[in-house]
Amino acid sequence: MKPVHHLDDATLIRYAAGDLDPAFATIVASHLAVCDHCREQARNAEAIGGSLLESQTPVTLASDAFARLSKRLDEQPEAQIRTETPPIETSPSVPAPLARLIGHDLDAVPWRTVAPGVKRHMIMEQDGKSLYMLNIGPGKAVPEHGHGGSEMTLILRGAYRDGMGLFKQGDIADLDEHVEHQPVVEPGETCICLVATEAPTRFKGFFSRMLQPLIGI
Amino acid sequence: MAVLALKTSDIDGLSPQQQADAIGKIASEQCRTSFETLFNHFGPRIKAQMIKTGADQALSEDFVQEVMLRVFRKAHLYRPEMGAVSTWIYRIARNARIDQLRSRSSAPFEDIDGMDFVSEDADGEANAIASERAMRTETAIQTLPDDQRQIIVMAFVEDRSQSEIASALDLPLGTVKSRMRLAYGKLRTVLEDLR
Repeated sequence: MKPVHHLDDATLIRYAAGDLDPAFATIVASHLAVCDHCREQARNAEAIGGSLLESQTPVTLASDAFARLSKRLDEQPEAQIRTETPPIETSPSVPAPLARLIGHDLDAVPWRTVAPGVKRHMIMEQDGKSLYMLNIGPGKAVPEHGHGGSEMTLILRGAYRDGMGLFKQGDIADLDEHVEHQPVVEPGETCICLVATEAPTRFKGFFSRMLQPLIGI
Repeated sequence: MAVLALKTSDIDGLSPQQQADAIGKIASEQCRTSFETLFNHFGPRIKAQMIKTGADQALSEDFVQEVMLRVFRKAHLYRPEMGAVSTWIYRIARNARIDQLRSRSSAPFEDIDGMDFVSEDADGEANAIASERAMRTETAIQTLPDDQRQIIVMAFVEDRSQSEIASALDLPLGTVKSRMRLAYGKLRTVLEDLR
C-alpha cells in the first residue's frame, strides 16, 4: 500500500518521543501500520531517542541494582518468560491499533446518524481530545470548517477530495489549527474515515454553526 | 575475549556491535553475563534520563529494573532492521514510561514496534546498517543548531510535551513545531541513502 498523504514531520517527532495522547497515538499508529514510508520515518525519529539515550552521562545505580534484578529472575520464574507478541492482524480498512478498539469488521460499527448522509461512531473522548469515525455518503460534503486545534483524518474506505487533493485509503490528513478545508466525498462509494481532534471543530458560516451542536463534529 | 570486552565496557561503554552481540546471547541462551554487561551500560543511562524528567532516585531505580526486565524478556524479538540496540531499548523505555507514568497504554506503539521491515539483508549487513544509522544520527544531532537541539532534548530526554516546551521557552507552539521539522529534516537528509 502506498499512501500519498503522510504525517507531518513534527508529528513523527512527537510520536517517537511518546508525546501523543491516546486518540492521536491511535490514529498515527493506524497510519503507520499501512504506510511503509512513514514507518521508516518513525524509526528514523526513534533513532534520535536511541542516540540521546546512548549519549547520556551515566548516573551510578544502587550497588545492588543488578543483583536485585537477577534475584527477581531467579525467584520469579514468570519474570524469565519470553514476551511473545501475537501475530498482528491488520488491514488497510481496519489497521491493528484501531482494531483493538472496534474489532476487525468495518461493517459491524454501530453508527449513529448525526446529519443527512453523515453517520458517526465515537470511540473515545478524553481531556478535550476525541477519536471517532465518520461515515459519509457518496458525493456528500462535510461542512467547511477551521480547527480549534490539530486534527487528523485517516481514510479507511472510499475517498474524498479537498483543496489539498484526493485522499484515498491509507492517506492521512495531518492538519494544524490554521488549516481550513472542505472535503467532498468522491461519487460512487461511501467514505469511512477515522478522525482525531484536539478541540471542538469550529464550523464557519451561520448555518453550519447552528448545525454544530447538533452533529458535534 | 568476551570477558575482556566486558571489563573495558564498564569504563568506555559498549560499542553498537557489542550491544548487538549481548542481545544475541540473551536471546539464544538467556545469558546472564551478557545481560549484566548490557545492564551496566544502559541502566545508568536510563537512570540519567529519568532523573532529567524530574523523577527521584527510588523511582528512577525502579524504572531501570522494569525496562531492563522487558529487555531481557524481549531480546529474542530484536532485529537489526528495527535500528540499533540503543534505539530498540529507547523504544522499550518510552513504552514503559507511557504505561507507567502516564497510566496510558502503549498498545498502539507496540503494534507498530512489532511490524518488521521486509528485509533480505544478511544479519551482518543489517547490523552494519543499524550501526551506520546510529552513527549518522548521532552526528546529525550534534551538529544541530542549539535552538533545535534544545527542543529535541526536551522532547526525547526530558519527556516534555510540545506545549510544555512552548511555555517553558516562551515560544509560540508553531515555532516549536517548525524547529522540530527542521531538526528532523536534517536527520532525514543524512539517512536518505541508507535503506
